[in-house]
Amino acid sequence: MTTAELMDYAEVITRFDPVLGLEVHVELSTATKMFCGCSNRFGGEPNTHVCPTCLGLPGSLPVVNAVAVESAIRIGLALNCEIAPWCRFARKNYFYPDMPKNFQTSQYDEPIAFNGYLDVTLDDGEVVRVQIERAHMEEDTGKSLHVGGATGRIHGAEHSLLDYNRAGVPLIEIVTKTIEGTGERAPEVARAYVSTLRDLLQALDVSDVRMDQGSLRCDANVSLMERGAAEFGTRTETKNVNSLRSVERAVRFEMTRQAAILASGGSILQETRHFEEASGTTRAGRRKETSEDYRYFPEPDLVPIAPSAEWVQELRGTLPELPAERRKRVQAEWSLTDLELRDLVNAGAIDLVAATADAGAPPAEARSWWMSYLSQQANARGVDLGALPITPGQVARVIALVADGALTNKLARDVVDGVLAGEGEPDHVVETRGLKVVSDDSALYAAVDEALAANPDVATKIREGKHAAAGAIVGAVMKATQGQADAKRVRELILTRCGA
Amino acid sequence: MTELTRLDAADIAAKIAAKEVSAVEVTQAHLDRIAAVDHAVHAFLHVDTERALAAAKAVDDNAAAGLPAASPLAGVPLALKDVLTMQGAPTTCGSKVLENWQPPYDATVTQRLQAAGVVILGKTNMDEFAMGSSTENSAFGPTRNPWDLDRIPGGSGGGSSAALAAFEAPLAIGTDTGGSIRQPGAVTGTVGVKPTYGTVSRFGLVAFSSSLDQAGPCARTVLDAALLHEVIAGHDPLDSTSIDAPVPPVVAAALEGANGDLKGVKVGVVTEFAGDGYEPGVAEAFTAAVDQLRALGAEIVEVSCPSFDLALPAYYLIAPSEASSNLARFDAMRYGLRVGDDATRSAEEVMSLTRAAGFGPEVKRRIILGTYALSAGYYDAYYGSAQKVRTLIMRDFDAAFASVDVLVSPTTPTTAFKIGERTADPMAMYRADLCTIPSNLAGNAALSVPCGLSDGLPVGLQIMSPALQDQRGYRVAAAYEVARNAAQGGPLINRVPELEVAH
Amino acid sequence: MPSISRDEVAHLARLARLAVTEAELDLFAGQLDQIVAAVAQVGQVADQDIPPTSHSVPLTNVFRADVVRPGLTQQQATAAAPAVEDGRFRVPRILGEEA
Ligand SMILES: [Zn+2]
Repeated sequence: MTTAELMDYAEVITRFDPVLGLEVHVELSTATKMFCGCSNRFGGEPNTHVCPTCLGLPGSLPVVNAVAVESAIRIGLALNCEIAPWCRFARKNYFYPDMPKNFQTSQYDEPIAFNGYLDVTLDDGEVVRVQIERAHMEEDTGKSLHVGGATGRIHGAEHSLLDYNRAGVPLIEIVTKTIEGTGERAPEVARAYVSTLRDLLQALDVSDVRMDQGSLRCDANVSLMERGAAEFGTRTETKNVNSLRSVERAVRFEMTRQAAILASGGSILQETRHFEEASGTTRAGRRKETSEDYRYFPEPDLVPIAPSAEWVQELRGTLPELPAERRKRVQAEWSLTDLELRDLVNAGAIDLVAATADAGAPPAEARSWWMSYLSQQANARGVDLGALPITPGQVARVIALVADGALTNKLARDVVDGVLAGEGEPDHVVETRGLKVVSDDSALYAAVDEALAANPDVATKIREGKHAAAGAIVGAVMKATQGQADAKRVRELILTRCGA
Repeated sequence: MTELTRLDAADIAAKIAAKEVSAVEVTQAHLDRIAAVDHAVHAFLHVDTERALAAAKAVDDNAAAGLPAASPLAGVPLALKDVLTMQGAPTTCGSKVLENWQPPYDATVTQRLQAAGVVILGKTNMDEFAMGSSTENSAFGPTRNPWDLDRIPGGSGGGSSAALAAFEAPLAIGTDTGGSIRQPGAVTGTVGVKPTYGTVSRFGLVAFSSSLDQAGPCARTVLDAALLHEVIAGHDPLDSTSIDAPVPPVVAAALEGANGDLKGVKVGVVTEFAGDGYEPGVAEAFTAAVDQLRALGAEIVEVSCPSFDLALPAYYLIAPSEASSNLARFDAMRYGLRVGDDATRSAEEVMSLTRAAGFGPEVKRRIILGTYALSAGYYDAYYGSAQKVRTLIMRDFDAAFASVDVLVSPTTPTTAFKIGERTADPMAMYRADLCTIPSNLAGNAALSVPCGLSDGLPVGLQIMSPALQDQRGYRVAAAYEVARNAAQGGPLINRVPELEVAH
Repeated sequence: MPSISRDEVAHLARLARLAVTEAELDLFAGQLDQIVAAVAQVGQVADQDIPPTSHSVPLTNVFRADVVRPGLTQQQATAAAPAVEDGRFRVPRILGEEA
């Protein structure tokens, strides 16, 4: 990484205005690739999801995936964009070994969607409207593995190995207009934008939006303007930003780095930089050649796309309730405070709670389970809530068992543990772990009598009317029944036995 | 056996169908002819002897089993231009960069031929990546014109046209980007057809200029070309530019035309394609052909297509631009030649060295020209303007076809030139395609039919039809062919000098 | 009158990843200059209001159903490769940008 000093963030803000531009690439979760019928499944043995077209073999031709176009239009509509009545693909010509044709089939000056916006809510509830310049279709590259060399990186590698399974996977690139005036909140705005966009794409069900697997990738363009300056500064483009947190850190780091250079009279190089997750810094990548010339021209192997107004209208009809609307509705229906709503959103729990409620659980119970016990479990495992191996239906079943009195809260947590451990459905876990509430009074009386006999002093106190002392006996009975008794019932039986 | 190789495809098919001769005998006769004369002609880059015989045997077995023939051309041998992929044989495009490349898939045209029972004898020579008008740009040596072995057989499909003129095959497939079927047809005295763009699938046709390339039939008679046309044409969902429409009724049109009556047909003579630069012998043969059409009852009018003058310059911007991009994939990474990989050089260096070693001078020239034309700052002046010229040319065709049924011109301004004569002067070479290029830019149908000799060398008559009206050209060409044979004492092709036969 | 200099040819050759010799530079610069001079005539329509034609076919909206088609096996895909390792295409070290 660079050894340039960093400027204190507070000072950066007093002296400079940050200007952001965010480019997000989303891999669509279509069944097949953008231009051929190869499977668009993540992974697989190398070079097994390939055909003449995505390998760029001589004579092969592309044919556009209809669902990819529909997804692009739906994304455009969800981002409040205009949909082009006529647009084309172009070829972006440059040589790179992971790109089989040595041109990328992409959209250039005729994107399918343009001029939109996305409202982004920050942590404190402030809403920032991010203007969207365009959303266009293109294809992904293959993957290269660099072999040899000390770091295993491209630099110092002895040779490279290419796998084209990902080549030709449909991508939508979503580009913001420049985002200005966010001041010290620029890093937060960047994160919130990507996060909001991710939720939106998830709601549209067009992508896996897994930043860790690269199905959602963000490039952050950052520049600084001296306060009061009229022109934008030179920007850098930071790639390899693989998580929401990294988006925020990368922008913040670039601001402090650039500010230090500018303050010492240096100038910013227009370049691509790479975010280093471990150190939270960015490092210079390839310098952009001044002569970079992609020689775009309309792709002659494809014909124009001209979505009719009817088609666009039909696709508009397929848009699900989008996250922002949904949040408003959920807040009203579940009577949530702004803070409760924000917690729910930040935990990524709205869909889970809603699905649990849909499966029959009272929303408050559902929210409580997901936000407390299940959130703890997710934290402990270091995974997102949604990645826990339990379904909303299973959570709803557990809640129902508690409501029926078949489980105590304690037992319910054991059942959830069992489900999380892969032991099967809640009812099956109840059975195999033997977690039924002991509701047979005679069995409970035996345990109560035993506990009273073992604690004669306490028994006396209860008989004397000190009902609070019953707690100790309840504890002993619960211990004896391994938690399978309903504590309330046990208490009643103790008081009955003591004639209190 | 030599008689078999002199037969037209239609006659061969009839004899096979009547079991007068077996497909294997026909194929063997052509393989023998190739063995005898191709040392001199060099039409073939690869002869697929065993599989050709196996395919012929399959046709015979099919007939022996009493099953209907797969098509009207079942059992007829064909020479396939080496720019179309066929599994089990190399596809080189006449380039070192693809020497020995075995494609793992078949072109749609190849599949259709095989499904029709057509016997593919092998792959024919061509200018490297179809860039050229003489077949001298093949990395594997030039093909020679059977009419005069010191002369070029046209290009880029000189291998296909020479194979027909040398009686090595009765049918061939060519591809036509700026005239690469019609111009070789003209200079070898054979029939060459560029169908309407979008009617023959380009899937598996190694692209030179995607918006112009079109595969088409080559034959010694108009009817044979029509029969082959109907085998290879038709919608293909693997080609986005493929038109989903019925194949024009070209066989019916050829048969109708053979009645020799062109009454009611209006023929436009393109006035721009005459004058300076047109060999007197070519002009004479053309004028005689037009007179012949008039005698057949056609109404002849002169038509001006002023923007055709800009066709050649527009073509030499569009085709190289698309080519510079299409040929970028030849980079030594996944297939084909790799040069200079000594474990110290980078991928980038190996790419540059491989492309330098693998491409010939004409290909390099066009890649550089295309790279230039697409460059930032030049795009509007060159590529953008060329696309506008394309619009003007389409408008000229539209206006012309509003008043005439077909347009005619000489196919080429000159007859076959000497090998080596124009290699040092690219612009002189490019002018060979002057008359053929407009139909590539506009996408309409056009064909070349032999129309006489000039100093003993064949001259071609070009007949242009509107898009998707390919049958019009066939009707006129077939009528003309009958009249020409009558007037000139039999088919022109019979006047090809005997080639020296190897023993 | 446009002209292509030797340096420009060298730059274009770099863009096109073509190693060119000094002799080729001289040859191509001369020839390209001639060709460009001839084709530059198209520039006469540059300022005219004419829609450009990139396709002669009047087609739009040609799409494919999103249905998986069998492709190539790993062996077929890599059979023609100059070098293969573990089912991947083996290529010399890549200098460019880190992916
Ligand atoms: Zn594929």
